[in-house]
Amino acid sequence: MIEKTYMAGFGGQGIISLGQMWVYCAMKEGLQVTFFPAYGAEKRGGIARASVIVSDAEIASPLVTKAHSVIVMSQDSVPIAEEICAPGGVILVNSSLVKADPARPDARIIRVPCNEIAERIGDVRIANMVMMGALSQATGAVKLDHFEAVLKSFFPPAKHGLIPMNLAAVAAGRKAV
Amino acid sequence: MADDIRLMKGNEAIGEAAIRAGCVAYFGYPITPQNELTAYMAANMFPKGRTFIQAESETSAINMVYGAAATGARAMTSSSSPGISLKQEGISYLCGADLPAVIVNVARSGPGLGGISPSQGDYFQSTRGGGHGDYYTIVLAPKSVQESADLTYEAFALSDKYRIPVLVLADGLIGQMMEGVKLPAPIDPASLPKKAWAAGRQAEEGRAPNHVSSMNLVPEELEALNIARFKHYETVKKELCRYEEVQVEDADIVLVAYGTSARVSLGALQAARAMGVKVGLFRPITLWPFPYDRLNALAKRGKRFLAVEMSMGQMVEDVRLATNGQAPVDFYGRCGGMVPSEEEVLAEVQRLLAR
Repeated sequence: MIEKTYMAGFGGQGIISLGQMWVYCAMKEGLQVTFFPAYGAEKRGGIARASVIVSDAEIASPLVTKAHSVIVMSQDSVPIAEEICAPGGVILVNSSLVKADPARPDARIIRVPCNEIAERIGDVRIANMVMMGALSQATGAVKLDHFEAVLKSFFPPAKHGLIPMNLAAVAAGRKAV
Repeated sequence: MADDIRLMKGNEAIGEAAIRAGCVAYFGYPITPQNELTAYMAANMFPKGRTFIQAESETSAINMVYGAAATGARAMTSSSSPGISLKQEGISYLCGADLPAVIVNVARSGPGLGGISPSQGDYFQSTRGGGHGDYYTIVLAPKSVQESADLTYEAFALSDKYRIPVLVLADGLIGQMMEGVKLPAPIDPASLPKKAWAAGRQAEEGRAPNHVSSMNLVPEELEALNIARFKHYETVKKELCRYEEVQVEDADIVLVAYGTSARVSLGALQAARAMGVKVGLFRPITLWPFPYDRLNALAKRGKRFLAVEMSMGQMVEDVRLATNGQAPVDFYGRCGGMVPSEEEVLAEVQRLLAR
């Protein structure tokens, strides 16, 4: 099994955290992982992208050039998704912000209103975790069954109050697929 | 996966491995894309009672390494390409004084100030000495976060053993990406053997002062020292050449690549094999000493080669030296911070085999 995912959005949407959380969870499930970020110099609003690979064998190139799955968190990221998605791949679209779907009739396009779902749970900033739940459901590559334990080590104890909301975001993302 | 496997950036893994190898003195100056390494040392050397200095320049940092190494300390500096250029005078002095030290280059694109994206354009500088005079440094080229940690850790032992500086040549991609890494066991610096040649402590130890210098104004003596050093290099070449081979035995074409390019080439190999195209991979791990003999043996067996690099073609010259006209050697590269894709390398393989 190898799942190459390309994640794209703008700075501030939690793309980098999404990629890191995905590979943290994958590692806990015994998989090999690589995570390679690419982002602009801006704190917010610049491009934020990540090449993320999980596999049960040694990973060759850490750069994703043909993605089995693509995450599109913003309208600006649609062209890169159209280009990088492998034939017959999956494109997960944040339909809260992306109004025109990627023009890839061969791909399975899944629309997830991440921002709306996140706001309903309580904070738009967990839209990335909604998307992670959807990615897990759509690909099955990472089951996320160690997610809670990973969150406990990721957040300092003072922020453990945020854990239930993150768990709810992933569960809602799963259901949206 | 076991809990002792950590998810780390290459830069951080190099820093932690250096600390575990007993590095007691780090001197650096910030530059992208190796900043996490300097930051890691800043955060983690003091709590262990070790020395961290952010120097006022790269030149200053490498000369601090010289000073620390002369006293017998396990010392280290790191930078990225333009900063490594600035350190070359100091590296030449270290080699002239036969001092051990570890230098990490998380390379970026050039020439000049260039860009901050990954590159392998520093191969010539790394493997041909880099500064003035007749000398070499040992050059280790990791392909992953795990190997970055392992080779940095080992670099200190190799440098002490041979009294030659060791350059760890990574690139911006290896420095910036995160992978799982199992870290080596920490070494207590106090447990390391004393270096009989080190400067200082002569009163304490009741002996004549040791003199550490690269200067000698008597041509006959300096020539003898250089000849002796090159004789020592022959020993290193015999003992240290290291490489990895993947499916070379039945290959119709062998990709030759190190570091990130080797990862990309492995992907191209896997895709080619899935199509029934017999591709092999030869990955030098030591760039100096370069595994000339093994490549020469493969050339004699009729293999042909494609060197894949993130440069305009530098290591390919060593492949040509190794094969010495006995095999076709082609080159494929991207530069300026571009990383070749598996698909591009595969297409080049198919183009060459169809020719």
